[in-house]
Amino acid sequence: MADMNDQEKQLVTWLADMNEDDAFALAKKMLLEEGANPTRVLELCRNAMDIVGKRFEKGEYFLPELVLAGEMLENIGAIAKPLIKQAPGGEPKKLAKILIGTVHGDLHDIGKNIVTFMLDINGFEVKDIGIDVPVKTFIDEISQFQPDVVGLSGFLTLAFDSMKETIAAIQEAGLRDKFKIMIGGGQVDETVRNYTGADAFGTNAIDAVSLCKNWMGVAA
Amino acid sequence: MTTPQSQVQTPAAKAAYDARWQRIMDCVNLKQPDRMPVSMFATFWLAKYGGITNRQLMYDYEKVGEIGERAILEFEPDAHSNLVLQCALGPSLDAVGFKQLQWPGHGVSDTQPYQYLDREYMKADEYDEFLFDPTGYYLSKYLPRIAGAFEGLDELPYLPGLHYLRMLSGIIPFINPRIRESMEKVIKAAEEVKRLNDHQFEFIARMKMRGFPTAFGTTSIGPYDLIADYFRGATGMMKDLYRNKEKLLQLLDKSIVFILRQTFAAAKQWNHPIVFIPTHWAPDAFMSPKQFETFWWPTFRKLMIGLIDGGLIPMPLLEADCTKRLEVIGDIPPGKCIYWFERTDMVRAFEVLGDVVALRGNISPSLLTTGKPEEVDAAVRHLAENVFHKGGKLTLDAAFGIPDETPVENVRAMFAAARKYAG
Repeated sequence: MADMNDQEKQLVTWLADMNEDDAFALAKKMLLEEGANPTRVLELCRNAMDIVGKRFEKGEYFLPELVLAGEMLENIGAIAKPLIKQAPGGEPKKLAKILIGTVHGDLHDIGKNIVTFMLDINGFEVKDIGIDVPVKTFIDEISQFQPDVVGLSGFLTLAFDSMKETIAAIQEAGLRDKFKIMIGGGQVDETVRNYTGADAFGTNAIDAVSLCKNWMGVAA
Repeated sequence: MTTPQSQVQTPAAKAAYDARWQRIMDCVNLKQPDRMPVSMFATFWLAKYGGITNRQLMYDYEKVGEIGERAILEFEPDAHSNLVLQCALGPSLDAVGFKQLQWPGHGVSDTQPYQYLDREYMKADEYDEFLFDPTGYYLSKYLPRIAGAFEGLDELPYLPGLHYLRMLSGIIPFINPRIRESMEKVIKAAEEVKRLNDHQFEFIARMKMRGFPTAFGTTSIGPYDLIADYFRGATGMMKDLYRNKEKLLQLLDKSIVFILRQTFAAAKQWNHPIVFIPTHWAPDAFMSPKQFETFWWPTFRKLMIGLIDGGLIPMPLLEADCTKRLEVIGDIPPGKCIYWFERTDMVRAFEVLGDVVALRGNISPSLLTTGKPEEVDAAVRHLAENVFHKGGKLTLDAAFGIPDETPVENVRAMFAAARKYAG
């Protein structure tokens, strides 16, 4: 926070401390009344999200904080992003491309959405293709998006077979060695990883971020 | 209340029934049973076992009863779950126009299980309305949102205030055709649910005649899970921990009253002392210890104490890994509950809670669905040797019942291993 002025430090602190009302009011004032650079405000948000992520890793924050942080980021982004065209600067380069979706037969998305959010705030370009995703859709999306990592999500035990089928189809399409595959969800463990043929599994959003950073050679 | 149901056919069946029930109750009372009981909880696995589709399982009362009976006679569990009631929900869901699930023929294929739709069925700004008048809130907002049959009831008159002769003009809205139509639909749905319940009662009585007790009668729910799962939705609830903290705490507290009333009425109807309480929001990873001890545990404990004081036996199923919660949830009178753990380390649960509660669980779903029979055998042996034989009052079961895709030979391995290693 060395390069921040007092107001900017205040915004980051309020965001990181889940002080939603004050943080939103300040961000709004900076953007709409004081003409702050919207790219700079979003950068401050990312700094705050970085702190949130670290607190989550340390076991100080849990899912409610990730959800609220996502909401705060979205609300400030809704004001800041339309202003970006009028200001200099751009989005920082993304670390890697991640394609994520809940496998076919399974309609659950809470965990997937949190993983998507955590990857996004950690600098990855994430494409979330939704729930109950057919094998063919995964293949088509992979061919188009060219991801570095594919994340398969599933909460139900039926997802084990859906993940296995999806990975087998990726293999058959000759795409298996072009990216890493991680799986996650309520019942996923090493037994399921082995069964499906995924490269790794994770039990929470931090695991997903760590896996992607390790695979991309980025310091965690 | 003593043992569930009545009508035992033969002395041999009665002896078998009593012995099985005694094992379960010995565990509850923290006495060592003559052998480790094994419970059977299954839903869509019965479709696999019986060679039918999930859709057939949801719509054919007779077939579910037939397959359920076959499974019980093959595996001889010490207790079985309400197999018909848990599976054959299709006609009732159709009749009431249920909106919170997708089920075969309604959003998912014939071979998929039903799945819950996590949504905000209560909006963030409706706490005051719910808190002031829960019944009015249910009638005008909640029930129409979750079931089509109730949709006309959102035009019911506001009943408080209909005093003396004001009542006369106040009831005029009852002639509204939407309200009348809605009431007729609800009555038809109730008749279908009664048919479902009658099939379950008949199944329970039939299994009792064959010597097999049910593991529980009714279900209940913890206050936090009620509001998170069925009202605010997962993310709505998590935001409320910050945005609506005081009102949420008030609602959690208030809900204990109506949850208890509902549970006592249902337990009486099913004539069974054990109350199954599935929980979803207790896991270590979901909220901080402080949040757990503020929002989840206090009202859950009050609910369990209320049930215990009313002569019932709470059986919470603590989903996912709750190992870090064990010390906190041990604050309950000893010998009154069964804690069913899904992914919590059962050996650790025994070490912390062994002299407080009976335990149930927890063969891993991934092992059961993808493992080999010998691996299932080893997992049962581990629990028998490290929990049951060390004094743990464990009822063996899968982590949250038999997963739908489990190969039958793995279920056979689980039951056989229980007999092999623990009597």
